[in-house]
Amino acid sequence: MSTFQVEIVTPERKVYEETANMVSVTGVEGELGILPNHIPLVTPLRIAPVTIKRNGQVDVVAVNGGFIEVRKDKVVILAESAELARDINVDRAEAAKQRAQQRLGARQDEVDFRRAELALQRAMNRLNVSKR
Amino acid sequence: MAKGMRDIKREIKSKQNMKQITKAMEMVAASKLRRAQEAATQSRPYADKLKEVVASIAAGTKDVKHPMLESRPIKKTGYLVITSDRGLAGGYNANVLRKVTQTIKEKHKSADEYALFVIGRKGRDYFKRRNMPIIEEVIGLSDSPQFADIKSVASAAVKMFSEGAYDELYLVYNKFVNAITQIPSEIRLLPLEEISGGTSVASYEYEPSPEGVLEVLLPKYAETLIYSAVLDGKASEFGARMTAMGSATKNATKMINQLTLTYNRARQAAITQEITEIVAGANAQS
Repeated sequence: MSTFQVEIVTPERKVYEETANMVSVTGVEGELGILPNHIPLVTPLRIAPVTIKRNGQVDVVAVNGGFIEVRKDKVVILAESAELARDINVDRAEAAKQRAQQRLGARQDEVDFRRAELALQRAMNRLNVSKR
Repeated sequence: MAKGMRDIKREIKSKQNMKQITKAMEMVAASKLRRAQEAATQSRPYADKLKEVVASIAAGTKDVKHPMLESRPIKKTGYLVITSDRGLAGGYNANVLRKVTQTIKEKHKSADEYALFVIGRKGRDYFKRRNMPIIEEVIGLSDSPQFADIKSVASAAVKMFSEGAYDELYLVYNKFVNAITQIPSEIRLLPLEEISGGTSVASYEYEPSPEGVLEVLLPKYAETLIYSAVLDGKASEFGARMTAMGSATKNATKMINQLTLTYNRARQAAITQEITEIVAGANAQS
């Protein structure tokens, strides 16, 4: 089975580096499944889990604020933050979720609303990944 | 016992305490410097990759239009100044702040022509005292700053540029060269200069479109540049502190030696005097 290199990089460090068979991400335009020898592609990503399949094993990474660069033999995901399921602080994510929900309920001006919405998305994303 | 002796002894003691403190601070700074340098190295792949992708978009598509790439006539200038929260770092803060003040004095006539973003308590206090317009400030940054810590100030600085609040943005910080050398530098961050290095590795597909991708990437790119400047600034801070505390320790050692010498002289003089007195007393009796 052919494979390719997958890297996930944040401003702080390299979070993930493995040889994989398939990567599935959620781009701004919709879900993408990437297999080896994919056409070179660049697209921003939504706040969503990234799934990486390798040797029958599945890794899930919570990615926020990133984009993906696909080359023939390599996939690089650059993100503002990215966590593997085991690194996620569930309590913190839970707290963030409640805070965001409260803010959304309180109805303030538009900027705060957008911000709370994004925060909620991030928290939900983390919780989803940690539960997998 | 001569009266001066006790004073000298007290002085030696206090210098010794001071030396202990500066020595400890030097060592702490040294270990933090190593960590800061590591963080700076680890942040490099992200920035490099981002630059590569942005450059390849710019090279691939000839006429990309984006407000962040366009030079406008300059009416107002933004400065993002990176200082430290704590002092005792030699000329670290003073150098940067002098540079900013000088530039502002040369280029602007009134306070309406510039705006400041400040990272670090020292810088904030300095500008506040002088009643200069601070738009946003970040203080209490940890020693190994996370991207999330400076995200708000970075994105505010970038956003206000694209909204047209000012027409150029400068980054002023201490560039880290090595532990003893830090150069206060001023970099024009926005509008982004011609992103060169157009080595188009592969012709990419862009989703939704090259412009759409650029729209997302350029602000990220600028924020990343700010983040790496912050990391560089941190490394410089610890380097400067290490050097400053190192020379303070050296000076303390020198002073202690000098004082010890004086003390011993005084002690010897006191003993000699005592002997002379005893001998004189004995002579007088016989």
